[in-house]
Amino acid sequence: MKSRRTGWLFVAPALIHLAVFAIGPIAYAVILSFTDWNILKGGPRFAGTGNFARIFDDGQFLRSLMNSFVYTAASVPLGMAVALGVALLVSQRLKGITFFRTVFYLPAVCSQVAIAMVWIYIYLPKKGLVNAILGWMGLPDGTDFLSAPGWAMAALVFMGIWVGLGPRMILYVSGLLNIPESFYEAAQLDGASPWQQFSRVTLPLLSPTTFFVGLTGTIGAMQVFTPIYMMTKGGPEGTTDVVGYHIYSAAWERFQIGEASAMSVILFGVVLLLSLIPMRTVWRQSEGVF
Amino acid sequence: MRRALAYAALIALAAFLVAPFAWMVLVSLHPTRAPIPDYGELIPAHAQWQNYWLVLTNSEVPVARFALNSVFVAVCVVSGQLVVCSLAAYGLARIRFPGADAVFFLFVASMMFAGVVTQIPVYLLMRDLHWLDTYAALVVPGLSSAFNVFLLRQFMVGIPRELDEASQIDGAGHLRIYAQVVMPLCKPALATAAAFTFFAVWTDFFWPLLATNSMRMRTLEVGLSIFKNSYGATNWPLQMAAAVVTLMPMVVVFVLAQRWFVRGIQMSGIK
Repeated sequence: MKSRRTGWLFVAPALIHLAVFAIGPIAYAVILSFTDWNILKGGPRFAGTGNFARIFDDGQFLRSLMNSFVYTAASVPLGMAVALGVALLVSQRLKGITFFRTVFYLPAVCSQVAIAMVWIYIYLPKKGLVNAILGWMGLPDGTDFLSAPGWAMAALVFMGIWVGLGPRMILYVSGLLNIPESFYEAAQLDGASPWQQFSRVTLPLLSPTTFFVGLTGTIGAMQVFTPIYMMTKGGPEGTTDVVGYHIYSAAWERFQIGEASAMSVILFGVVLLLSLIPMRTVWRQSEGVF
Repeated sequence: MRRALAYAALIALAAFLVAPFAWMVLVSLHPTRAPIPDYGELIPAHAQWQNYWLVLTNSEVPVARFALNSVFVAVCVVSGQLVVCSLAAYGLARIRFPGADAVFFLFVASMMFAGVVTQIPVYLLMRDLHWLDTYAALVVPGLSSAFNVFLLRQFMVGIPRELDEASQIDGAGHLRIYAQVVMPLCKPALATAAAFTFFAVWTDFFWPLLATNSMRMRTLEVGLSIFKNSYGATNWPLQMAAAVVTLMPMVVVFVLAQRWFVRGIQMSGIK
């Protein structure tokens, strides 16, 4: 009886915080999604499912959702593959390897705004770094990457992989270091080739890491905002208008709180669906720890 | 041979990751309002160190004030989270009480799907409390995170129970066991949580952008975007100098702390 009360007391501050700043707001967002509310004029008015009807009629929201899917589907798997490759490289016993791990992690601790500013510069037509390299290789070098509808999304994906490399790599390194050496020795005794060792030992034993990295990466990528706000403002021609930015502009540029809430509720549902499968796996694992 | 290849790959990658930073510093040393330098002239003939002075003493955009705000908010959020999250983690990991499983599930689940959806309601809450444009709005919503509760709990579960049983026989209550037995043993996990939280708060852009509107309440991250959009709009050297000023504290902290930071991640059971 006593430990019951003590237990709740220990958990209380975090639980209250969770209720006030996560669960309550989610519920409130659902309520707001059924209202019509311009935050500059008066209060919310009940609007039924009007917001949802309008959102789906409009098409621009669905397009932004599609843009987010594209960004996520391109940047997360690619970013994970690159990170795993780098993790394999830096988990070897080599002199000075911590130096390299530090360097690879660096972009992740840096100001996103500053990084966006540098990458705007990198993508400049003519004098940007990318065009300079293309020029050296004798390729056409005049592309304005962030203003070309066919290039802007790819440019953002590439930058996303650059920024996300460090955290993903570190998680993979710790996953790799947790695989007992004896597994590889046994595989070698059975005559497994390096590729077989990788595909039959490393990859399966890394699957919890892969789930974690994939899940957090997906959730983050579906809500990407800062690089869009800084670099393209959703342009050119709406090709980088991702859902996180679309909601931002509905709420804080057009002040349509009800409509923006409806959009955020839909995004919430989508992210929830996307994370359901890996979440079950994570949960099953955490049970074993109890 | 394999070694040489590995080093070649490492160096190439490092160059790829460092090039933008190096470039940022080089451009920041060019004369202000100069045209974008060509590659041949990237290394400035006369380094304009006064650009940094211009950024730091600029009266329209108070960078020093932004930095102070960032430090203050980060320190408050990090210390708050260490207390709030470690208490919850202790309760979930070391006290058997009915409902603990459900509470833990709630934390894990919320970690998976909070985000954009809470922005409007939390903004409205801050507005109704008249906290917008104050430190309260920047600090209070960040005082706990499900991720840190999860991370610290996983670590605490691994500490042998015999330790608190011994203290219990000596008559210690849970609060004492928490403070004197478990917390000291959690140092690596606490350090990791602190570092992660610090990086996250320091680089957060969206919330401070929304929650503040006066120059004196902006954080570095938001301040830098204002600097870019107004004062330094086409002034690349000055923009880059401002970016370097924003990045430097973090780079220094990270390089000094990375050894235990990386080890802490490995020890804290995020697998």
